Amino acid sequence: MSTPLRLKELSKKEDLLTGGHRMCAGCGAPIAIRQVLLAADVPLVAANATGCLEVSTTIYPYTAWKIPWIHSAFENAAATISGVEAMYKALKKKGKIDRKIKFIAFGGDGGTYDIGLQSLSGAMERGHDMVYICYDNGAYMNTGIQRSSATPFGANTTTCPAGRVIHGKPQKRKNLTRIMAAHDIPYVAQTTPAHWRDLMTKVRKALEVDGPAFINILAPCNRGWRTPTNNAIELCRIAADTCFWPLYEYENGKLTVNYKPKEKKPVTDFLKTQGRFKHLFSPDSKDLLKQAQENTDHEWDKLLREAACWAEETGTTEEGK
Amino acid sequence: MKLKGWKELEIGAIIPEAGNAEQYNTGSWRASRPQWIEENCIQCLFCWIYCPDSSVTVKDSKRGEFDYGHCKGCGVCAHECPGKKGKKAIVMVEEGN
Repeated sequence: MSTPLRLKELSKKEDLLTGGHRMCAGCGAPIAIRQVLLAADVPLVAANATGCLEVSTTIYPYTAWKIPWIHSAFENAAATISGVEAMYKALKKKGKIDRKIKFIAFGGDGGTYDIGLQSLSGAMERGHDMVYICYDNGAYMNTGIQRSSATPFGANTTTCPAGRVIHGKPQKRKNLTRIMAAHDIPYVAQTTPAHWRDLMTKVRKALEVDGPAFINILAPCNRGWRTPTNNAIELCRIAADTCFWPLYEYENGKLTVNYKPKEKKPVTDFLKTQGRFKHLFSPDSKDLLKQAQENTDHEWDKLLREAACWAEETGTTEEGK
Repeated sequence: MKLKGWKELEIGAIIPEAGNAEQYNTGSWRASRPQWIEENCIQCLFCWIYCPDSSVTVKDSKRGEFDYGHCKGCGVCAHECPGKKGKKAIVMVEEGN
């Protein structure tokens, strides 16, 4: 029997990520990770790709993790955990282990969208019984805010600095969640820690499936996004309300949009909260803002169209909540 | 924590004590401190679920005092606190005052 997803019940569980880690004050990643660990009712074993989370939670001789945890290089968290999972299966077959254990990998957007993409894709294709969690803060924040393929269009980073010649990142962000869905694995989802019940429901679904699952979680970074330390959760909410970061899931390939804002807010509501987009609000950048809105609309419309097709096919009239 | 010599270290830099980061004090990072005002608290526990540093103590589903040994003073809890009748149950006050 799993713990009901109510804060009063969940708060009785042990926190599996302790305080005393050295993530920055107000970082979104540990909020997301705490929620992931709280959602699980089965024993977990984790691998962690290099990144803020990996470095800052395990500064030797300390660790903030209360679960077995393996350090990995930047590119191979998915490969590492798939090896552990294969060993678990072998030991189980030999009767040396009988407990049910689930395997989980954590990576930032750098370690997932870019450097670890091939090992992640391979692990998903091989069908390991594992969950990969990406906390996406939209750049290589650990090394000082370099652009990644998750960096949104127009964002100012140290490797695409906003100036007279270029105006922040000239390219669109890569849609990794949909790339993972294209692997046709049992479960793929996207969420934020502000929507904690949505996040935890998705983590449970991911852990329940027998096979690979992937969840992409937005994790605000006040250093890289140039925001105050206190509004990580509010930013996640605005990201969902502007459809910059839609909440959706693929269950055995079937797409459901989990949150449709009553009133879709303009993407500028999200962009204006952050210093990394400040230059987009200068008078000569109107076309850039327009393009940012078009990019968001394009992705959102695509999602809605696909979800509508699924709803029609399965005979459900309303696909969202 | 007393640092170990090289002969005492675990092979492969294994850390056998799970969650020993609790012994490391990050409370000294804080520039402002969250203050809990119990009479405005509706026990929604949003502060607890949204704390990046596991620094809101909860016992029997009721929140208690902050863990100032680890709280970095980010202010997420105060920002998310719905309070009661427009009055916040968590306010940030500058350290040293």
